[in-house]
Parts: sequence; C-alpha cells; structure tokens
Amino acid sequence: MATLEIHDLHVTVEADNATKEILKGVDLTVKQGETHAIMGPNGSGKSTLAYSLAGHPKYTITSGTVTLDGENVLEMSVDERARAGLFLAMQYPVEIPGVSVSNFLRTSATAVRGEAPKLRTWVKEVKETMARLSMDPAFAERNVNEGFSGGEKKRHEILQLELLKPKIAILDETDSGLDVDALRVVSEGVNRVRETGEVGTLLITHYTRILRYIKPDFVHVFSGGRIVESGGAELADKLENEGYESYALDAKGGVSA
Amino acid sequence: MAEAQNIPVGSTTAGQIAVAAESTVATRMSAPPSFDVADFPVPHGREEEWRFTPLERLRGLHDGTAVATGEGVRIDVEAPEGVTVETVTRDDVRIGKAGTPVDRVAAQAYSAFEKAGVVTVPKETVLTEPIRIAVHGQGGVAYGHQVVELGAFAEAVVVIDHTGDAVLAANVDYVLGDGAKLTVVSVQDWDDKAVHVGQHNALIGRDATFKSFVVTFGGDLVRLHPRVTYAGTGGEAELFGLYFTDAGQHQEHRLLVDHNTPHCKSNVAYKGALQGEGAHAVWIGDVLIEAKAEGTDTYEMNRNLVLTDGARVDSVPNLEIETGEIVGAGHASATGRFDDEQLFYLMARGIPAGEARRLVVRGFFAELVQQIGVDDIEERLLVKIDEELEASL
Repeated sequence: MATLEIHDLHVTVEADNATKEILKGVDLTVKQGETHAIMGPNGSGKSTLAYSLAGHPKYTITSGTVTLDGENVLEMSVDERARAGLFLAMQYPVEIPGVSVSNFLRTSATAVRGEAPKLRTWVKEVKETMARLSMDPAFAERNVNEGFSGGEKKRHEILQLELLKPKIAILDETDSGLDVDALRVVSEGVNRVRETGEVGTLLITHYTRILRYIKPDFVHVFSGGRIVESGGAELADKLENEGYESYALDAKGGVSA
Repeated sequence: MAEAQNIPVGSTTAGQIAVAAESTVATRMSAPPSFDVADFPVPHGREEEWRFTPLERLRGLHDGTAVATGEGVRIDVEAPEGVTVETVTRDDVRIGKAGTPVDRVAAQAYSAFEKAGVVTVPKETVLTEPIRIAVHGQGGVAYGHQVVELGAFAEAVVVIDHTGDAVLAANVDYVLGDGAKLTVVSVQDWDDKAVHVGQHNALIGRDATFKSFVVTFGGDLVRLHPRVTYAGTGGEAELFGLYFTDAGQHQEHRLLVDHNTPHCKSNVAYKGALQGEGAHAVWIGDVLIEAKAEGTDTYEMNRNLVLTDGARVDSVPNLEIETGEIVGAGHASATGRFDDEQLFYLMARGIPAGEARRLVVRGFFAELVQQIGVDDIEERLLVKIDEELEASL
C-alpha cells in the first residue's frame, strides 16, 4: 500500500533578501485510500507544503524527511516525483503557449505510465473523462491554460488527476474561485479517483465548503507552519462554527493545542 | 489591435497604426530605391533601417570592401520537366522587374553580380514536384541574383536552400503572372560564420497567389527583406517566417507589403524562438495601404518565444493606412518567455526538462511548419528544431 510519510519537515523561502522559515516541523502520514484535509488560515504555510512536496525550486528543505513507499522523495527531481506517483493539482496553473491540451495530456501520460498509451483507447479515455467533467471536446485543442476561466483551469487539473492516476494526490485550494456548480463537478471528479481506493488524497483548503462534497477521513489544522490539531471529519464542523481564531495564538506564540 | 504581453527583459515590442500621417515606411529608407550602389551612402549604423544591425559583422558588404572571390557559392538547380533553367548576363530584361533595391547592400548585390539565375515556369504549367535551388557556401564572398517567373495560371513550389559558409549578398525576384500560384520556401541553414543579406521582391499578378516561407536557423548574421507589391487586383500574399536564433546570432527580417492595388489580400505571420547569450532577432513588419488600394484585407503578426536569459528581440509592426475603404487591417506582436513556472508545471506532470522544452517549441512552430506542404522540408525543419534544442541543454 502506497504511503507518503512526512517527518519534521522544515522549509525556507528567500524573500526580500532574507531567508524566512515557512514550514516549522510538519509531521504527516498519508496512506493510499485515505483522504486528509489540511485546513488553515491564509499564510499558514499550506501551499508551501504542497509545492515543497512537488519539488518547486523556490522552496528550500532545511531539515526533515519525505518518503513515498520508503523512497526518498526529497532526492528526486520534479518530474521523477511525478513519475513516482505524486500529483499536485495547482491553485494557479500557468499558461503554456503553443502546447495543446491533447498533446500535453498524451506527453504527460506517456511519461508517467512509462509508455505511450494506445491511441485508440487513449482518445476514448480522454473524451469520456472530459465529458464527465462537463468539458467541451474543443477544449482539447486549446493551448494549456491559455485563456482558461478559473473553473476551466480547475477542471483541467482534475482531468489530469483522473488520467494520471497518482498514488498520492495533493489538491492545493482546488475549491478556490469556483462557483457551486463547478465545485460540484470538480468534487465529483476527485471522488471518482478516491473511490478507486488507490489514491491517498491531501486536500488543502481554506474553506469547509468543499468538505460537503469530499468527505475527509482526517482533518488537520495548519497554523504557523505546522499541524496544530488533528481529528476526524467533526473537526471541520468545529472550524465551520468557530473559525481559525482559537489557533491564532499558536501561530504567534507557539502554544500547542 | 496592437498587443504586447509578457515582455521579458531584453526585448522590445513596438507597434503603431498610422493613418495618413507621416510615413514610417518612407523614413525607414535613407535614400530612394535604386539599382545603383553609388546612390546609397555607406551606412554608419544610426539610420533607421540599419540601427538594429551590427555593421561590423557584415564583413564589408555594406561599404564596398567585400570583394567577390569567385569561390563564393555553388548553385545547383533541380527542376521538373517543363521548367526552363538559365544562367544569364546582367543585361537580361527579366532581371529587376519585381522590385528595386531599398538599401545599400541590396544595391551592392545588384551592382556586383556577374551572372543571374532565371527559372521560368511557362503559362498554365502546373508542377507536381518542387523546383529546388541549392545555394551552397564555399567559404568565399559572393553576389548573386535569382529570378523566378511564373506565366499566367502556372503553379509551382520553389525551395531555395542555403547551406555552408559564405558572405553572400543576393536578391531574388518572384514574378507571378495572372492567376499564378507560387509557394516559395527559403531556408537559411547556414554554418555558424556565414553572413547573408538579401532582398526578396515579389510582384503578384492579377488574381495570383504568393505564399512564402522564410526559415532562418543558421549564420552569424542574416538580414532579409521580403517585399511584396501587386500588379493587378485580386492578388493574395501569405508571408510566413520561422527563425531560431542561437547565442551570438543576429537574424533580421524586414518585411514590406505595399498594397498599391485595390482588392488584394496579405497575411503575415512570423514566429521566432531565441536562446543563449547575445541571440538577437529583429522583425520589422511594414504594411502600407495606399490611397487607391480600396478593398484591401491585411493582417500581420509576429510572435517570439524567449527560452533563456541573454536573448533580445526587437519587434516592430507598422501599419499605414491611406484609405478607410478597406475590408480589414490589423497587426499584433507579442514576445513571451518560457519560464521556470512553465517548466515546473510540465515537470510536475512527469515530463523531463528537455522534453518539456521541446514540447513547447515544437508546439509553437508546428502550425506554421504544417502549412509548408513539402514533406521532406517539414520533416527536416522539425528535426532541426529538435537539434537546436538539444544543443541548448
């Protein structure tokens, strides 16, 4: 069973000619089939965790370990991590001029699967997956993220999630900027992947809204660069009612809940 | 209509649409067009038409010091049956019909060549195989002139392929009879040290169609002037260009479409990729709609993809309109860069860095390459694009 283990992860970033520590000792284990929601206020370091796991060059790991099935993730390049089974659905996917969605998806699937998918079954697979995400077939001929609306970008991220079938999926604020209809469509896509039981999901969000569609097994409150409280789905209800205020002290003073 | 986006450091994108104001096209010429080199002063580099060009790298083509060496270039013409291939002397009346030199080097080429090539496709002859003109540099200095003439309703594809090493100033005339269809692919696949300057004039007959691909990969310095004028109504010009500018290379394309005749069309699309320190691409796109050219329909576009730091693009689209009675006129220029975030996005989907770059650049050029319609040339260009990228990794 695939397992992502994060232990005592510390991460810094260079900003304004100064080194700033963003993650201050994150411990988390995500197993295949589980869904973990990471919730926290803006600036708590949630997205830094997502991008650090994917290997974004902006972030420096200063200590700690990350392993996927015992393999050292931190020694892998960005593309190696993806091929090892890590997937990051990004909050702000970038435009890639000149590369069509269809070409991009096929190149990506070929890299992740280790061989080019058979053309006939591939075309069918893409078409059906797009249809389930209520995406127009013409979408495939557009350039990656170029001129996409907020909702289209997120659908495109989830389309990739469904096609690449990772072991561990990190969804970075996939719910942000979506109206209710789009949120439902995107959530259904995530749930289809979860229902296979073959993916461990790390759902990073600021709002509890998405948790009405995607039921987490575990909820972690993130504040001040680490997890300050963990619980079951009921923890989300508490956050819904009380907000993050009771955790603000942790961010500043470091009193643990 | 002008757009400029994602402009990285080291690139400029300027554009304008002038309506019956002072002509920028006119001010780009420091002397009136002439076949005589003596009518042009030696440029010093600050003239509008020379300000982007490193004169010291022209190897004397601009100041009369580059003397033809006799072993400049070897020219081989391969033509299907029905085509006349001739080598003629300077006094042949077919030379110079399509246009007059607009700068010192073009006039130098015209004044200095000894023999010209003339390829003629008789009227109503429709070729199924391309005419291939191979220009192979032998390391010397050369001046040349080539004429390609199509009779009425003739149809042909001409590939002019430049390889090897040379210092070459050569002009080309394309003369299209009424209803003729000509596709030209000029490939500049020179060795690293080559210098190539030339003016390509097309004179498009009534209801004739001219399609041009200018593909520049090689050379130390390449500076080309594709120019179009119309001899009758209903003419159409499609000018496509592709360049891949590497470290230290200067590649300059200066286009003019002169809508001097009513009811003609033009469409210009040039795309370039740049990589490496000192890579410099220049694109000047002048479109002039004269007062009498009612019913004109024109669009011009230039796109640049900057792959690394240290490269520079100067892109200047310019549209001058002297009549409002037109179908359409527009221009666009944009210079974007392939940046770390794009690389991260593609790699985060399992795609290795080198392949990510290839994907982006092939995609960028593909829509133009696919329109060439000559299989072996299309294939070669894609291979060449891959090689250029390999070299950079």
